[in-house]
Amino acid sequence: MADHDHDHHHHEHGSELSETQLRVRALETVLTEKGYIDPAALDVIVETYETKVGPRNGARVVAKAWSDPAFKAALLKDASAAVRTLGHESRVGDHLVAVENTPAQHNMIVCTLCSCYPWEMLGLPPVWYKSAPYRSRAVKDPRGVLADFGITLPKETQIRVWDSTAETRFLVLPMRPAGTDGWSEERLTELVTRDSMIGTGMPKRPEEIG
Amino acid sequence: MDGVHDMGGMDGFGKVEPEPNEPAFHAPWEGRVLAMQRAMGYAGAWHIDSSRFAQEQLPPQVYLTASYYQRWALGLEKNLIDRGFAGADEIATGHALRPGKPMARKLTPDAVGGLTRGSFYRQAQGPARFKPGDKVRTRNIHPATHTRLPRYARARVGVVELVHGCHAFPDTVAIDKGDDPQWLYTVVFDGRELWGADTDPSLTVSIDAFEPYLEPA
Repeated sequence: MADHDHDHHHHEHGSELSETQLRVRALETVLTEKGYIDPAALDVIVETYETKVGPRNGARVVAKAWSDPAFKAALLKDASAAVRTLGHESRVGDHLVAVENTPAQHNMIVCTLCSCYPWEMLGLPPVWYKSAPYRSRAVKDPRGVLADFGITLPKETQIRVWDSTAETRFLVLPMRPAGTDGWSEERLTELVTRDSMIGTGMPKRPEEIG
Repeated sequence: MDGVHDMGGMDGFGKVEPEPNEPAFHAPWEGRVLAMQRAMGYAGAWHIDSSRFAQEQLPPQVYLTASYYQRWALGLEKNLIDRGFAGADEIATGHALRPGKPMARKLTPDAVGGLTRGSFYRQAQGPARFKPGDKVRTRNIHPATHTRLPRYARARVGVVELVHGCHAFPDTVAIDKGDDPQWLYTVVFDGRELWGADTDPSLTVSIDAFEPYLEPA
């Protein structure tokens, strides 16, 4: 079904896409000929985002925070500094802020003005995060947005939406799932989903990863 | 500017539709656009806020119908042309017709691995005016140029929760008027202050607000 939709989409917009493709190629040629850019450097950037930087980075941080109370305290105090101590392969810049989900408060991240997102921790943002439906509704009807993701929270849970209107970048620290006592960090990492670190999903339950 | 990019609270855009197993890029050109933007930023061509401002100035119907990376490409073209880095004639023909402008530096393949996100901290020009717990009111401003105070949070009373230090000020950076460093705060609002008395009482929303956006309440 999904594959069918995908093909259909491409078929319908094929000519429009190739026009963009040609225009982008022309742009790259102009910038290269003018001496501003090196296409080989562009290759490395693309490869980095396709293969190296992704939600796995954030998942490792979350699993560490679940396992190590001192690291968790440091993360909530100054996330950029705490993540740097891990010697992360994607080097984290300044202005990272981690916000903790608790039984009393659920946190959700949005950027209503553009699409600011913690790339270093989660990779490139998914299309839905950058879309008008999410950017418009997250700050006004977060429970409705959560319902689109199949999530229902208790009525009494406070919902806090963080609009990323500056260069601060937010990472949600989800609650550690029950039934994971004694798990290694490596195993815990498998439970941490991208959406659980945006606040539009929950970590997997132990039985989901077998 | 009061543009369509400022979407917080608008109705009618429909459901959020997550895509299972989404790839990093949906077409090769998307990655090239992202990488060109980064390479031009590295070269010192313009600041990220100028990239945002260029996209905000796209005609509303273009902004709303273009994909994310199409918007990036259009914003990139606009900045290249407006700032004299390339001519519309060159982009149309797909070849340089004149020599390029001198740049501060050029991104090489070896340098990509060491790239980190730039820091936006700047030297404070004075002490912070607010501290956590202070009640503040956002100003009712409507600049015709770039600002990071969203419409839904203007002239609203909230509470300062975090102080993030002193940062470059996007409102001036975007229009090439310098860093004008400003203190940055997380300000949290009750949902009812933003959306009215009928709103879900469990909702709070925060923005990150630069000091010029705020006054004591």
